[in-house]
Amino acid sequence: MLRDLAFALAPGSFTCLIGPSGCGKTTTLRIILGLDREFDGTIVTSPPDLRFAAVFQEPRLLPWRTVEQNVRLALPPENQIPAETPPLDQLFAVLGLETLLGRYPGELSLGLARRVALARAFAVMPDILLLDEPFVSLDEHTADRLRAHLVDLWQARATTVLMVTHNVREAARLADRLLLVNGRPARLVGDIAVPIPRPERDGPALRTFLAALTRDHPATVLA
Amino acid sequence: MPLRLLSILGFLLLWSAAAALAARPEVPGPLDVLAFLAGEAASGELFYHLTITLARVAAAFLIAMFIGTAIGVLMGQNRTLNRVLDPWIILMINIPALVVIVLCYIWIGLTEAAAITAVALNKIPNVVVTLREGARALDLKLQEMARVFRFSRARLLRHVILPQLFPFIAAAGRSGLALIWKIVLVVELLGRSNGVGFQIHLYFQLFDVAAILGYALAFVCIMLLIEFVVVQPLETHLNRWRPGAAARAA
Repeated sequence: MLRDLAFALAPGSFTCLIGPSGCGKTTTLRIILGLDREFDGTIVTSPPDLRFAAVFQEPRLLPWRTVEQNVRLALPPENQIPAETPPLDQLFAVLGLETLLGRYPGELSLGLARRVALARAFAVMPDILLLDEPFVSLDEHTADRLRAHLVDLWQARATTVLMVTHNVREAARLADRLLLVNGRPARLVGDIAVPIPRPERDGPALRTFLAALTRDHPATVLA
Repeated sequence: MPLRLLSILGFLLLWSAAAALAARPEVPGPLDVLAFLAGEAASGELFYHLTITLARVAAAFLIAMFIGTAIGVLMGQNRTLNRVLDPWIILMINIPALVVIVLCYIWIGLTEAAAITAVALNKIPNVVVTLREGARALDLKLQEMARVFRFSRARLLRHVILPQLFPFIAAAGRSGLALIWKIVLVVELLGRSNGVGFQIHLYFQLFDVAAILGYALAFVCIMLLIEFVVVQPLETHLNRWRPGAAARAA
């Protein structure tokens, strides 16, 4: 399914993995997370024992535990939490979850459930955060708010982020580097830095950049 | 609610009428049964035999649930183990309860251990099969999430696996309890000298129908009490997270 896929992520960077559906982006994430073992190759982290967190396509919350319990259960046992962990209340407030802590996932909309999943991922103070199309099937307004939360949290925590998406515009607005994957078997077909400074990413510069990207990689970007 | 009450009253009235019409000692009316129960309760016999039977039911139930759950979950998660043990389970499910009881008494002796073992052996295969389905139905996605977030084994079991198994445990438990207490009565009848089953056998030999119905009624009441005082509140609490739980509780 994948062949000769190799890339390195700089610490604290925000990278997006883009490609058409079914090309193996999710498989790549699963391999990195250790959920898929059938592959030839190596994953190297430096230092070797880094903390991972993931936001999956489905929120994957425990339906029988409250919002707060869901986030707390992801934390390591008391004596392993690093000293600089900010209190969870702050995190809940940033994501607008303070009034929902006692609710069960069955009572939440998809947008809210995704926010809880995001809170859970950031609560563990991960060194590496992997996201698999976390904003798909949300209305644009909700998705935009969650994207803003993601960027805010990333900038505050200096986590290394790798996000899979097929929405090129979203990728260009959020990431500093785009990895394009395509083909059967899938390979890396592009490694592009996003040169636009963040404050200017809502303007015409983005349109120009996306147009150039589409022109250079039509098969990957338009699929 | 009034409708159910009326139905029960209607049943009692019908029963009284039938007893009056039959006018035979083998067809006692509800008042005769009540009189017998009052006498047994006063003498302490009722309490003694009910407690003994309940203790056997509890012991066999706990043993069957623990062993059955363990084996069932293992079989649901491990294909090889399932292929090895499946024929044994099918065999055990199909052996008549009576045969198991009699063989236990012969091979182990006419002891309490044999009695409990016989009851448990009858129930274990059912629990295994139910929990095996539960283990097969486990949501892999949640286990993956737990793996990514480095859940300890204890945490995984308590917060991810057991809540998913709960409906299957509840099903196995419910049908298990109903089955177990009936088999306990047979076990007591065949090889014990106390308990409700023994009493029923005794009064069968005396053709005392009021006594038989009395003990049967008493035991059914206890099981209903367990259902409404223990089982249902527990279930409601453990299901509080389900959508619509608030509506169901109302």
